[in-house]
Order: sequence, then C-alpha cells, then structure tokens
Amino acid sequence: MKLSLNFVKDYVDIAVPVDVLAEDMTRVGNEYDSAEKLVPATKLIIGEVKTCEPHPDSDHLHVCTVDVGKEVLNIVCGAPNVKAGQKVIVALAGAELPGGVKIKKSNIRGQESNGMICALYEIGIDKKYLSEEDKNGIHVLPDDAPIGGDPVKYMKLNDEVIDFDLTANRGDLLSILGMAYEIGAIYDKKVRDIDLSHNETKDDINDTFKLKINTPNCSLFLAKEVKNVTIKESPDFIKNRLIASGIRPINNVVDISNYVMLECGQPLHFYDRDRLKDCLEVRQAYNGEKLTTLDEVERTLDESDLVISDGEKSIGLAGVMGGLSTEVEPTTKNVIIEAAIFDSVMVRKTSKKILRSEASNRFEKGIAPNRTYMAIERACKLLEEYADGTVIGGKCVYDKTDTARKSRLIEIKYKDVNDLLGANISKEEILDVFRRLDFEIDYSDNEKAGVWVPRRRLDISIPEDLIEEVSRIYGVDNIEGKLPVVPMKQGSKNGTIRAIRNKMVDLGLNETLTYVLINDKEVHKYTNDEFEELRLLDPMTEERNVLRYSLIPSLVKTYEYNKAHYNKDVSIFEIGKGFWKKQEEYGENQKLCALMTGNYFEGLNKKPVDFYVIKGVAEEILDFLGYGGRYSFVYPKQSIKEFHPGQTAEISVNGDIVGVLGRIHPEEIKEPVFVLEINLDRLLAKRASKMTYKEISKYPTINKDIAIIVDEKITSKEVETEIKKAGGRLFLKSEIFDVYEGKNIGEGKKSLAYSLSFGAQDRTLTDEEVNEVLQKIIERLEKVLKAELRS
Amino acid sequence: MEDKINEIKKAAEKELEQVKSSNELKELKIKYLGKKSELSEMLKSLGKLSKEERPKIGALVNEVKKEIEEKINATEEKIREQVIKEKLEKEKIDITLPGTKIKRGSKHPLNRVIEEIEDLFVSMGYDVVEGPELETDEFCFERLNLPEGHPARDMQDSFYITDEYLLRTQTSAVQARAMVANKEKTPIRIITLGKTYRREDDATHSHQFNQIEGLVVDRKDTVNISLADLKGTLEVFMRKMLGEKTELRFRPSYFPFTEPSYEVDVTCFKCGGKGCPLCKHTGWIEVLGSGMVHPNVLKMNGYDPEIYSGFAFGTGIDRLAMFKYGITDMRYLYTNDIKFLSQFDRMDIEN
Repeated sequence: MKLSLNFVKDYVDIAVPVDVLAEDMTRVGNEYDSAEKLVPATKLIIGEVKTCEPHPDSDHLHVCTVDVGKEVLNIVCGAPNVKAGQKVIVALAGAELPGGVKIKKSNIRGQESNGMICALYEIGIDKKYLSEEDKNGIHVLPDDAPIGGDPVKYMKLNDEVIDFDLTANRGDLLSILGMAYEIGAIYDKKVRDIDLSHNETKDDINDTFKLKINTPNCSLFLAKEVKNVTIKESPDFIKNRLIASGIRPINNVVDISNYVMLECGQPLHFYDRDRLKDCLEVRQAYNGEKLTTLDEVERTLDESDLVISDGEKSIGLAGVMGGLSTEVEPTTKNVIIEAAIFDSVMVRKTSKKILRSEASNRFEKGIAPNRTYMAIERACKLLEEYADGTVIGGKCVYDKTDTARKSRLIEIKYKDVNDLLGANISKEEILDVFRRLDFEIDYSDNEKAGVWVPRRRLDISIPEDLIEEVSRIYGVDNIEGKLPVVPMKQGSKNGTIRAIRNKMVDLGLNETLTYVLINDKEVHKYTNDEFEELRLLDPMTEERNVLRYSLIPSLVKTYEYNKAHYNKDVSIFEIGKGFWKKQEEYGENQKLCALMTGNYFEGLNKKPVDFYVIKGVAEEILDFLGYGGRYSFVYPKQSIKEFHPGQTAEISVNGDIVGVLGRIHPEEIKEPVFVLEINLDRLLAKRASKMTYKEISKYPTINKDIAIIVDEKITSKEVETEIKKAGGRLFLKSEIFDVYEGKNIGEGKKSLAYSLSFGAQDRTLTDEEVNEVLQKIIERLEKVLKAELRS
Repeated sequence: MEDKINEIKKAAEKELEQVKSSNELKELKIKYLGKKSELSEMLKSLGKLSKEERPKIGALVNEVKKEIEEKINATEEKIREQVIKEKLEKEKIDITLPGTKIKRGSKHPLNRVIEEIEDLFVSMGYDVVEGPELETDEFCFERLNLPEGHPARDMQDSFYITDEYLLRTQTSAVQARAMVANKEKTPIRIITLGKTYRREDDATHSHQFNQIEGLVVDRKDTVNISLADLKGTLEVFMRKMLGEKTELRFRPSYFPFTEPSYEVDVTCFKCGGKGCPLCKHTGWIEVLGSGMVHPNVLKMNGYDPEIYSGFAFGTGIDRLAMFKYGITDMRYLYTNDIKFLSQFDRMDIEN
C-alpha cells in the first residue's frame, strides 16, 4: 500500500517528516519498503523557452535559451517537442535526478549547455502514469506557470509517499481512513469525518433497477445511479494522489471509483447504465462460461468463480475485474455504481487463478460493511462535484451481513494484559491506548473494561487481540526482557546423528547440504528398492519435480559440479532424509551417504580411493556405533544397474540389509567413483553391543601365520568363517595380511595369508596345544574349502 | 724398573691418541693389557724381585694397568659415540616435506550453527525434538490457526504432493506435533531445527532452507510465560549467535499462530546500527518471528488456554550462518563446492 501523505492529511494532522512517520509506523507493526518524495529530483525551476534553434552539428538536438527568472540559460535539448514560448521544467546545474543522474554544466557538440529541460519521467513520475505526449517528450506547463517558480509545487506533485508492506490481517490499512486512525493513535490526533454530502433527485432507483443475488458468496450489494456525467480529465489533486498511490489516472469517472476505493478501502465498480439491462445479478459462473475482462482478455470460468451478470450473460468477475462490454467509456452518460462485499476465500481463489488486482486484494483481506455504505455515498458526492453528475434518489440494497459483525464489545482484564506481556501497565495507560485508537470504552472498573471494537478493525475478535493493541501503542520497547522462571530440568537431545556426523568429519570427509527435490529421471537410480516416487503437484522447474529416495543422485551431482570446477579429490558425505510412498503409506528415512574419489591420503604417500577405502569408512561407522561383529558385506542378490557389478557390496547387520557401497558403474562415470549409503533408521533400529569392560588376559598371546592356496572365487570371509569354526576356545582372532594371485600358484587360484592369535585367560598355552588347534584349522580348510597349505 | 713402567704408560697414552677405529683399539688393548703384554709379564715375574720391591712394583704395575684400561674405555666410548653420530647424520631427512595424513573433513556451516543453537537451548533445559519434513496440511497449517483459504497461507507458497501432503513450509508444524504428542499435557520447553521448503527461488531465497523453532508452554498459575520472557530468551539467543553487543527491537506483526505477534530486528552486525547498505541504512536487520501462542492453537492441540500460556519463535538458520561466517551469497550454502566446504574444517577458538 502506497500512502500519499497529502491524501491522508485530509483526515489527520501529521507534524513529523516522512521518514519519522515511516519509522513510527514500523514500531507499531507496519513495515515499509520506502519513504520518499513523489518527485525526488532536486533543483528544479520553471523556465520559459525564449529561442529554440536546431543544433548545427546534430540532426535531432536543439539549442535553446531558457529564461529561469534570475538568468537566461543556454541549454541543449534533445526532445522533439521543444519549442520557443513553452513553459518548461528545468533542472539546474547541480540537480540530482532519479536513477543517479547529476546535471552538470557541459558542452554538447560544441554548444554550451547549462541545465536540462525535463520530461516528467525524468523527474521521477513513472512512464506508466503518463499521457502519450509526456511519454515521448518534455513536459509543457500551462502558460500561467510562474517563471523561476517551483514546478513540483506548481503541478501539486509536492507529495511524499510511504510504500508499506502490510501484514495480512490489517485489511483496514488498505484505506486512507484506516491509515488516518493508525497515525492518529500514534500521535494522539483526532481523525476528521469524510464528506458524503450531495444532492439527490426525488426519483427512486428501485423503480427502474433490480438486484438479483443468487449466491451465498455475496453478503452485501449496493447500487446507485448517477446521470448525465461529463467525462473529462480529473482535477490535478485526484490525478496526483492516484499516481502517488500507484494507480494510473484515466478519466474523472474512472478515477473517482479508484479514489474512493483508496479512501474507504471499498472497491467500487461503475457500469455504463445505457449498456446495461435493468438489473445486476450475482451468481456463480457456469462451467466454461466466457467473459472478456477490462484488459481485453477472454477468460474461461468455472463454477468456483463469482460473476456479475446483466441477468443473462456475465459482465464482470466479482471482486477481481470488470467486464469490457459495460465499462465506462468517453461517451458514457449515465452510470450505475456497485459497492459490494464478496466472499474473501472465493475472490482469493479466482484472483490467484486470473489476476491480482487492487480490488481483489481488498476483498481478500475483508471489508467492513459500514465502509460499503460510506463508499457509495462518497462516490456520489465526488461524481456530483467533479463529473457534474445528477444523483438519482434511493439505492438498491441487498444486505445479509451479520449484525454481530457491526461492533463487538470485548471485555479485557488489566491483570491479563500484564500477565501476558510480563509488564506493569496501569489501568489509566491501558484505557488511554483505546482512547487513542478511537475504541469506545463501554464500562470500566479497577479490574476490567468493556471495549467496543470499531467495525473497521476486522482483525480484533478476542481479548488477546486487544492486548496486542496495548503492546503496540504502549510500546514493546517499554517492556523489559527477562528469562522465564521455570522449574529447572535437564535439556535433552538425541546425540547419535551428531556423533555420526562428527565421525565422518574425523574420517576426513566434507559435509554437504544438497536439495531434496531432484529430477524424476534420477529418483529410482542406485537402488533396487521398490517404492512410488513422490511427485510435486506444481514444481517450479522440471529439474526438481520429485522428492529424492536416495541421497546418491544428489552427491553424484555434487561430484560432477566439483569436477567441472577443478576439484578432483572429492570425499563428501551428507546425512539427510530420503522419501517414499508404498500403497497409501508415506515415509521418510534418515540416510547417511558418502561419495569418494581421487586422493584421500595426503602427503607423499598419496593413493587414490578404491573400494576398500570406502569400505573402511563404512566399517569405521559400524564399529563406532557398536555393531562390530554384527555386520558383514555381501554381494547383492540382484545387481544394481548403476553400480559396478563386481565392486559392490550390501551391508548386512544381524541378517538385514541396511546399506550399499561400491563403485559407480563405469558406464555412468568413467572415473573410479565410490559411494556408500546407509539407511540410518534401519541400522539404528538394530541392537548394538553395550560398551562394557572385558578382563584382559594376563597370559601371553601366541601368533601363528599360515598361507593357503584356494580357488579364486572363495572369499576371505568364507576362509575366516571356517578358521573360526575350527578354532575353538583357544582361537582369539585372525587377520589377513596378504593376498596374492600369480603364475607360480596356478591359474584360477589365489594365496591368502593370515596371522592367527591364540590364548587363554588362565594360563600360558603350550606349543603342543597351539599346534593341535592349528592342525585342526588347516584340516578344516583343506576339507571344506579344498585349500592347500603353502609351505 | 719403575722407569720402564712409566715408559710403557707414556707409550700407551701416546698410541691411544693415535687410535682411530675400534679395531685398532682392540689391538692396543691386547698389546698393553693382554696376557702377553709387558705389564702382565712383569706381574708374572714379580717373584724375581726383592721382598721390599715386590709390593711396590706390583702396586705400580696394577695402577698403571688400571689407568691404561680406563683410558682405553674412555676412548672406546668416544669412538662409539662418533660412529653413532656419523650413522644418524646420514639418516637426516627433509623435515619440511609434508606429513602423512588423510584429508581433513569439514562440517557444513549450517550444521555448525544448528549444533551451536542446540547446545545453547539444551543448556537452558530445552528438549531438541524432530518432526517430519513431509508434513500434512493439518499440522503445517490447520492446527496452527491457518484454515484453508486464509490469506496468510499466501505468505508461504507450498510444494504439495497431494491435497493432504506437502513439504513443510515451516518448522512450526513441530509445535503442533509436540503439543499433540504430550498426552499428559505437561509443560513444554522444546526447540526443533531442520529443513523447510517454499516455492520460491531467487538471490535471497532458496526453495530449501532451514529453520529453528522454539516453543515454551507452561501453567499460568505457577510460571506464567509472558512476552517479557520471550524478549529475554531471544536476547540470550541472539547475543550468543551474533555477539554480546547485539540489541533487539520487537515490532508488532502478524502470524496466525501467535497473538500478539512480533517480528524481531537485531542491530546490524556490519555497521553496528549506524546504517549501511546491508541494513538498507536503517541500522536494523529482521531475523525472527515470534509471539505468544494463540489461544486457538493451544486449544486445537489440547492445551486449555485458561490454564496455559506460552511463547513461540522461529528464524531462518541460513541467514544466521551467512551473518556469522560472512557468507555473501545464499546459493553457496547449497552448491557444495569443495573450496567452500573445506573452509569450515577447523575449530573457531574463542579467545
């Protein structure tokens, strides 16, 4: 809402500069984007063009002499419409124009130029408000403009404008009157009454005109008729106030409808009486009904849209925009004024679909019925005064507004005010706030007061709303902050995710934060899991139209970005949600994802990441979380398309798959890139071992190394399992220390070497004991795995 | 005889000075102290001497032998030290070569800020709770006093999956969840942090961002949570995040789930409130939304507003992280350039 200070000063006195007013309004809850003069240009003066000759070295410039009172200036002017004898706006040397333009004495192609003759758009009036002449050239002032005078003042453009960014509940501030009450409350000033006085004929509109309201979505509809209007340009004050408020002036009649909307907050619509039949109907649109709106666009409507019709076809989109067929034109003589209240939700839906307008914005926020009555009378007054109209007596009225909405009496207890605010505000101070707001006090004693909330304040319905008014006007700054006095208790948080994050950081990975929304082509990649993708109904771009299931596509994108930006060594991880739908169930799981490529070890012993590096990361996390001994890495039962078929493992914990790791298929990414993803919700639901102390043996551990040759298909895990089975009580652990494949052990074979540890809690083992166990192990390996002991 | 002994001693000392290696020293030892050495021979032939001379010469020979032995030992130690020294000198390395290590990881700046906020509020007895990111309309809007068709829903253009499910637009959804989940309707002191989503993307808005939300609800008759409590709490919060000198300004505003509602500005951390381009020359920067929990919200979620009152607040973490680390463009937070991420790989010691 752009507030013209000249406009609001009609209704309330303001004694402070515009920037102070803007700040004071902010403190009571009304933020603003800008507060400045309507014409921000400086050093402007009225001049008269004495001579105007073509520039000798240019085909479009003119060399002018301009009398500005104290002197006659030589000015080079490029405007096509400059002529001798014109009164013009001159920016003197040193002037600052909007857009950072500074006027200096200069020399243009050999001709001295000591200022600039200005167009209106050059001094700060947007082109959209201007006539064709003014869009294309300098502004020519009327002949009575005083040479040497202030052109801004002369044109009555000496206004200041605050552009407010209002909250959704304050529909009342979308009017000059509402603003006047707000300003009046801040500075304790009375608001002046609006002038509705006008003459009316003895006729009654109801004799010739009818309303048909065939929808519950219109609660109030008023119509009046004004005859014999003269369509012409509006007086300067109306035009300028509309411009200051961001509305383009058109002609006096149309301007009056906008002017009254700005004053009262009630949108009006004027119909050309002679292009209308004898009634106005409000109804839901028919499905597929067509309507050409004022902007000459044909709209297709449905039954969720509310329309005005002439009894047959629709002629306006209620609350949003009028129709082209009955608009006020330069030839219009007689007008019907519509002032109505339409359902805010319905207007909101239609306007969201079709067009946001000044009118729809006001209907959406709600309108007080008394303003509807006020606005239609005000429009009659102005049409009589500025369009020479004759107001026909009587008005068509359809009023279903709830009488309870007229004025509400709310009781407020002073103790509640101070309890909620944590303050100590006296009865007198509280009641004074309501007096300033022009809220009537019905009764009051030492504990409570009954407050009449004026109809304009649709946002106030409960005592808490009144308390907010007290805090606004009394000033929140005057309330001292303190910490709550509550029973002491321990705060809590689940530290596991943070611990995992810390561990991953310790393991040398960079944490990323990627977008949850991805492209639907990627959502089923890197997994064989079955789920329905979650698709946005209304995505911003097709690039991001579904919710991710896995984080791997996001990290792959991050890898690609970094590769393109010369970051070759990428070790990243992220903890975030993956989303899914199965039948009618919706779910999300916390996942840990990592991607590693390039160098991971730094210094001279650089070594590129391979499968075993990322496996090491996975093992570290699992061991750290207490799953040591409970997990294993297994070949996927069914290969996953985007993974390398021979370098992929699933992570099994207590027999369930909780994650996957491996190299991304070389067809996807040529370079060796490895990823890991663990479903943390699934993992952390598994029981982990408790961290308890185990007695350390006082007796020495005996180590024995063995090397065996087995078929290359046999995994180390299988060998270790058999060692453990044969090992018995005295066997402690095995550790692989060499894997070898080569000519001297034969085709299709490999050699594995293990260091085995033996020991007992109660004694030192003898050589015979150890050798006996070792022998058993070897025999089992030979028998079960067809292993061959290497000498 | 005595002269002879002294001569031997002198000769031995002279030869010792010339010794270079441990082999030479071994030979020298045999020569002067061995069984066949002159001194040993002398001892063997002591019997030939007179009764008076015998002990005297014997003592002298032993004394010289001992002296020579000590000197040999000392030389031996010296040679050994020399050998080690030479050996270690050869093992000298270039200590300016880089250390062997794995890469140093880093925590995303947003999560650094999140953890800092969590720790602060846990220290004040708050519980950190979580809620789903895929929310229902009911918890995201309806239970927060935002029925369908409410104009304030326009402030938050949403990503809907179905008519019912959407990506949460605000962590406030967790407020309703916390109140509903508390079956005994005991006092609540929580914060929740996490990802939120709105249908907008420009230089200052990312469609995905992060919020923190706080909610305190307690009995009116014993505790009475008030606006003053909210002010004090947010002062602690903001001063911890942005510096002790930070001042706060509460501006009345409108949120459907609080009444009264306030937006909170902090003094511009760049200019300290004097006015600069960052704060658009106002000296203030808007950071928080807050207010006293709306009676309807309490009621809808099972708390009797006659018995309970509370405050709630929420803020974007992305902006806090940007302020804190001087990050100039919000998009950097989600681009994940290693050159960006790896700048957050260390402690920030407060000294």
